Amino acid sequence: MQPKMIPALALALCGIWVAGCATRPSDSETERAVAEMIKASFKTRGQATVARLNQDDAQALCSKHAGELPKDVSDGIEKAQQATIRYPSSGKLTGDWREGERIAQSGVGKQFTDAPTRPAGGSCYNCHQLSKQELSFGTIGPSLYQFGKQRGASEAIQKYTYGKIYNSQASTACSNMPRFGHNGVLTEEQITHLVALLLDHDSPVNK
Amino acid sequence: MRIDRVLAGVLAATLPCLSPAQQDTQKEIERYRQMLQESNPAELYEARGEELWKTRRGPRNASLERCDLGLGPGVVKGAYVRLPRYFADTGRVQDLESRLATCMVTLQGFTPEEARRKPFSGTGAPMITTDPFSGVGQRSVMTDLVAWIASESRGMTIAPSVSHPKERLAYQAGERLFYYRAGPYDFGCVTCHGEEGKRIRLQNLPKMTNAKDAQRAFGTWPGYRVSEGELRSMQWRMWECVRQMRFPELEFASDASIALITYLAKQAEGGTFDAPAIKR
Repeated sequence: MQPKMIPALALALCGIWVAGCATRPSDSETERAVAEMIKASFKTRGQATVARLNQDDAQALCSKHAGELPKDVSDGIEKAQQATIRYPSSGKLTGDWREGERIAQSGVGKQFTDAPTRPAGGSCYNCHQLSKQELSFGTIGPSLYQFGKQRGASEAIQKYTYGKIYNSQASTACSNMPRFGHNGVLTEEQITHLVALLLDHDSPVNK
Repeated sequence: MRIDRVLAGVLAATLPCLSPAQQDTQKEIERYRQMLQESNPAELYEARGEELWKTRRGPRNASLERCDLGLGPGVVKGAYVRLPRYFADTGRVQDLESRLATCMVTLQGFTPEEARRKPFSGTGAPMITTDPFSGVGQRSVMTDLVAWIASESRGMTIAPSVSHPKERLAYQAGERLFYYRAGPYDFGCVTCHGEEGKRIRLQNLPKMTNAKDAQRAFGTWPGYRVSEGELRSMQWRMWECVRQMRFPELEFASDASIALITYLAKQAEGGTFDAPAIKR
């Protein structure tokens, strides 16, 4: 190589380096690309419409602050979610634990492969240990074995348990647990059965 | 889920003398996986895929032997571990499956719709019986090709390209999509893959932000799924996760699917590729 070419080469390399830095996509560019992908890469199938990709406030905030959730954001989410909880009009917070066990075992519901007319399950065992008998349980959520035995079944505990299933984010912003009542996954009655599964003295959860 | 139940039954029946502690369950699951690993039906798919690569097909009656998977026309060895990457001829970042669809169009003369019509195979008893890509007894050319091409990277280091601005953009968008929570269950990829050592039922979940977990996960897809009697690709893995997230259908070879795969490949960088593997 001719010595006089060296500065030219160095300049060219420098140019590439600068271009490399300059072309790293900015946050706003990335956001635009994501918005475009959300629009173009999914299609409605069965009950799973593309409208499901539109985030509500909690979903948007939880996605944005996935790394760490600032205290004020978390407080704001919990307050707003608390206000969504609707307790059964009958005033009856607890149902039949046997029904609750069936609901807890079932992981169907809301997938585009699920019949929309079939009631959704609670998918509880997917993430929680509940009874001693069921060995196939997940660990994303804490073990709920002996949940009622440790807490009793006072009205306050029933209310707390119902509320937790209805809208988990009322007490834990950005919880991994679905907001079963708030998002219309489970009915009031189904939730009361799950409350019974967790609190009833005769439930396998409390054996 | 079906196999999990069976496995739980087996565990319940065979472990009465052991302490029911979690570690023992975990150990038995590991042993079961190793047993599966010993004979992998993926080899049948790989053999078919190699044949299909050389077979003249489509309106142009051409083989895929001149297909450029990123390392030059016809180079298959080591191609998988360098994908996804940017391709100047399409102006897109592409993973293996979208790239194969491109070659089926440009070399073999299929329409883009034909190239994407049946991305996943449907023999055996598919878990998702309404999958339009599947039909009992029907094979997927795409899946067979993927099996063989992936096998030609076995033992190599996962080294995706993230230097081109579009690759960088796909990676960053993929990362955002990983954390994107939506739908009636508030799920996102991060719900199941954001913490270490978690399970759904008995299925272990890799934490995708942890290099070791990501390397093992990315490095073992495509995989033969015993529960479905099918070989499944990385595009299928994305499609199926997204279905379970209660999202609408993720389109095959879409930009979002490729962005997610780019993100995962980058997380797995430096790992050893060991696929097609065998899965529960």
